Amino acid sequence: MESLTNRKKVLESKPLNFLERAYLPAIAQGLAITMKHFFKKPVTISYPEEKREYSENFRGLHSLKRDENGKERCTACGLCALSCPAEAITMIAAERQKGEEHLYREEKYAAVYEINMLRCIFCGLCEEACPKEAIYLDGPHVESDYLRKDFIYGKDKLVEAPLNQ
Amino acid sequence: MGLADIVIKLVLIVIIFLISLVIAMYSTYAERKIAAFFQDRIGPNRAGPWGILQPLADGGKMFLKEEIIPTNASPFLFIAGPSLAILTACIGSAVIPWGQTVTMGGHTFDLQVTDINVGILYIFGVVSLGVYGVMIGGWASNNKYSLLGAIRAASQNISYEISMGLSIIALLMVTGTLSLKEIAEHQHGWHWNVLYQPVGFILFIVCAFAETNRTPFDLPECETELVGGYHTEYSSMKLGFYLFAEYINMFISSAVMATLYWGGYNYPGMDWVLAHTGPTIGPLIGTAVLFAKIFLFIFFFMWVRWTIPRFRYDQLMDLGWKVLIPLAIANIIVTGLWITFF
Repeated sequence: MESLTNRKKVLESKPLNFLERAYLPAIAQGLAITMKHFFKKPVTISYPEEKREYSENFRGLHSLKRDENGKERCTACGLCALSCPAEAITMIAAERQKGEEHLYREEKYAAVYEINMLRCIFCGLCEEACPKEAIYLDGPHVESDYLRKDFIYGKDKLVEAPLNQ
Repeated sequence: MGLADIVIKLVLIVIIFLISLVIAMYSTYAERKIAAFFQDRIGPNRAGPWGILQPLADGGKMFLKEEIIPTNASPFLFIAGPSLAILTACIGSAVIPWGQTVTMGGHTFDLQVTDINVGILYIFGVVSLGVYGVMIGGWASNNKYSLLGAIRAASQNISYEISMGLSIIALLMVTGTLSLKEIAEHQHGWHWNVLYQPVGFILFIVCAFAETNRTPFDLPECETELVGGYHTEYSSMKLGFYLFAEYINMFISSAVMATLYWGGYNYPGMDWVLAHTGPTIGPLIGTAVLFAKIFLFIFFFMWVRWTIPRFRYDQLMDLGWKVLIPLAIANIIVTGLWITFF
């Protein structure tokens, strides 16, 4: 029957000729192929000395951003926690006191901000939800650890380093 | 034979023993490194510079692992198996001529432990003893996979020994001697046996692959079918002995091939070099050349291992009995006619 795509290949199975049955030419061919690979540059990246480049839109570790004056942007509105499908984010809000204006941009801030990195699926919905542009998934991947409790990252690990005045 | 000769022989034995152990050790490293290069990888590179200390780390691991003897195994035979395997692997090197006679400080001595006039037969005897190590180990393990592996090893070695022996007969017809030293001398100055016996050499190398249980004939330890083959139940240094024996066998068979077919310690321009470097250094250069040939063969063993897939068991037997043996016999006949008429 005529095939509809015209891409049907008819394979012939001829009996092997003498050279093919003698195996040795085929083995020599195989040896030549492996020898070509012997001189190829290895593709290995020796982690951790060398690191593979992340792609530009890689979503890694979260960072809580500061504004141009070095104040924390987060206002503890909870939208990130609400949007999080894995329920990885929790926070406790606090009111900004007098004299803390240089630390927090808004009148309310997150006193505690925790992300459970074992729950997080790095979907990026928190950064989409954030109205203050305070959270971005722009870090490297999460490092390994021994205890589950050490995967709950607090503000000490999440907040960006303060600006150097 | 004076005391000095005995001391020299003992020193030579110890040196050859150490060299074969070190080469076997570093063959494991070379195997992994070469495998990596063939697969566009880097290979072991953590223990020492370029992973040079990897064999020591492996050896240390082997020694420190728990020694397990299965409840239903026969303890004596279980230990005898690997011991026999490594013993037979080591004694094969006794008859190989490593170089010409060296003169040093007024003494002359041969770089060969013993020049018995049936050298090749001795090697054949040792090689066929080697299968007992595998057979006893597989039997004593009281495990069906071990037993199947051992049976495969035994039948494979017996089948391929025949064609190996037949391919050697044609060589003996050309050289007219069984002594390895004389065969090596016979090839002096471009009379390498591989030029007179190309078919014999191909037969021999195929059989050598089978005898050392290397790919494509590594059915005795075929992981996909038989777990680990004859050494399934082995752990610790007893396993190490089996693996070690395989590499020593590879070294010895490389040395035998280099000696029988590729001129041994002979190399082009040898007489000129000998005349210019004196009777001490000159023969040692020949030894170095022999080792270069041996390393090339070991490399070839590994190269083939990382190229060719394993034979099916019936294909293995077909190749041994229906192809190699008739070819070897034809080779003998052609050689005989050639000697008679030319």
